[in-house]
Amino acid sequence: MSAFVQAVGLFAPGLPNWSTSLATLNGEQLYAASDAGIAPPQPQLLPPNERRRAPLSVLLALHAAEDAVQRSGIAAGDLPSVFGSSDAEMAIIHRISSALAEPARSVSPTDFHNSVHNAAAGYWGIAARATRSATTLAAFDGTCVAALQESFALLADGERAVLLVLYDVPPPVPLYEKRPIEVPVAVALVLSRESSTASLASVRLDRADTETQLPDPTLERLRRANPAARVLPLLCAIARGSEELVGLRAQSGRIVGVRVSRP
Amino acid sequence: MSGSPLAISAWTATSALGRGRDAHARALFDERTGLAPTRFETCTLECWIGVAGSLDRPLSGELAAWDCRNNRLAQLGLEQDGFTAQVARAAERYGAERIGVFMGTSTSGIHSAELAYRERDRAANRLPADFDHGRTSCTWSIAGFVQASLKLRGESIAISTACSSSAKVFASARRAIQAGLCDAAVVGGVDSLCLTTLHGFHSLQLVSRDICRPADTRRNGISIGEAAGFALLERADAELALLGDGESSDAHHMSAPEPNGRGAGEAMTRALARAGLQAADIDYVNLHGTATPANDAAEDRAICSVLGESTPVSSTKGWTGHTLGAAGILEAVISLLCVEHGFVPRSLNTLSPDPSLRANLVRDSRRARIGRVMSNSFGFGGSNCSLVLGRP
Repeated sequence: MSAFVQAVGLFAPGLPNWSTSLATLNGEQLYAASDAGIAPPQPQLLPPNERRRAPLSVLLALHAAEDAVQRSGIAAGDLPSVFGSSDAEMAIIHRISSALAEPARSVSPTDFHNSVHNAAAGYWGIAARATRSATTLAAFDGTCVAALQESFALLADGERAVLLVLYDVPPPVPLYEKRPIEVPVAVALVLSRESSTASLASVRLDRADTETQLPDPTLERLRRANPAARVLPLLCAIARGSEELVGLRAQSGRIVGVRVSRP
Repeated sequence: MSGSPLAISAWTATSALGRGRDAHARALFDERTGLAPTRFETCTLECWIGVAGSLDRPLSGELAAWDCRNNRLAQLGLEQDGFTAQVARAAERYGAERIGVFMGTSTSGIHSAELAYRERDRAANRLPADFDHGRTSCTWSIAGFVQASLKLRGESIAISTACSSSAKVFASARRAIQAGLCDAAVVGGVDSLCLTTLHGFHSLQLVSRDICRPADTRRNGISIGEAAGFALLERADAELALLGDGESSDAHHMSAPEPNGRGAGEAMTRALARAGLQAADIDYVNLHGTATPANDAAEDRAICSVLGESTPVSSTKGWTGHTLGAAGILEAVISLLCVEHGFVPRSLNTLSPDPSLRANLVRDSRRARIGRVMSNSFGFGGSNCSLVLGRP
């Protein structure tokens, strides 16, 4: 199965969006995980009212989605979407579980409606008037592979283009000890069946034997720090514009290859 | 459907109606609800709930590390109707690594986190040492558990789109099989009672104190239930098949349906188109039918605009309660029972149907030749999925 990458969106510490991050991802610049990149992004498509109510994971996912879709040349509303997140918003699980451990058991209605795993997809639908199918899935540390495969399968099923969004954010203490996601990361890809002048790369599912690690040790640390960041080797290959085979680890332990080439 | 319909070669459900297909069929024939005004765990909210079982037997042996209430319910479900044995035979045919697992859930093992927080060391702010987030609490845990229990070695994915979750697994699994990512798929869903959903839906004023009354003039909310259900999808000849699936998004509100039913109607229209069927080909619709004022009104508009006012429709949530992320698979199993037994269930607990709802609500259960059923599932975040199931 193959597809064309029409645009990429990104948010991680020191990598505030795709265009600013290109020089780091293609190896021209060393990665510096500046704290400045950790201020929550403010996705513009989301009405200010909803922006105030949306949790961090939603702001991140929508920022990355917006970053990608705006440069894809495809109307946001026309894109079916796949949202992949291992743990979505654990700060809400923390607040609700804390409240339920007290005698009053007062659960905030806003927390509850934001607690669904598909909250980011729901807010994206509202913000972008995206009425096509939206699937939110989780496969723990293999979430990026599962979401990539679902996106390819949508294209094979006849969709012309698909929005793929990967995101996870650090949980608060005490959950952090049980699920140490160290930094917030969101990545978005707009994939299409046909190439266009805007296409950044061609990608094809292939066999691979080993999981690709990143030569820059600080970037490699980021890759390991968040399930959404496991897709970074693919982003680096796209940024370099070179032909290469990227190996990504599925939750089963199997390595799934993505062959990246010029469009 | 692009390619021939996928066979549903094994299927089962466990809910407040009992364990396995026969228990569900009997409860439907006998008009016996599984809902009761009882209490779950330490919850003191006054409402009716659908309890699938005491689930007090811990998982043991190789599965012990996965032990939590949600996975116990899953295991109980997998043991019914010879499901595990049929998957084992499929694994011999295809190879265990060629069978995907696609599980729908809204809260998965969240009850484990609730208990861990209750038992946490408050001074040190630490959760109990034996709390295993990955295998007993996180969203994926149910998919990983089902894969481990069935001894499969392909990919395991949890789809979590609130109350449409275990309908959407059919669509994702179909695409994965047709794209060659796997040769067969175990689809299904498990959601178990927990304090988060009981108190959460209560905080949104969506839980009825009364038993839920879908499409009734006095309907005022849901009754929450729990269920586990599974189906084996493969390319094969079979009496029952997934004929079509359709998905859409409301893009309207996080926790309220689009009032005109546009998004719901789009999912239904897409499911019909994928099945290559017309409205008149649908013999019965198993409604999402939650018994909230907003859902039932919006779904009625969608039904009338896509199928018209004559197709028989009913909600079976008066029997099972709203099993949330497991509703899609539970109602798919009920739909298949309707086809297998030639039966249309009435909308239980509906005393005086809302006159503003125009669809043809089934008031009296009856025998009928049923070839194709549409099953609707809609969730928070505006996530809609319709399935068409029945004889190919």
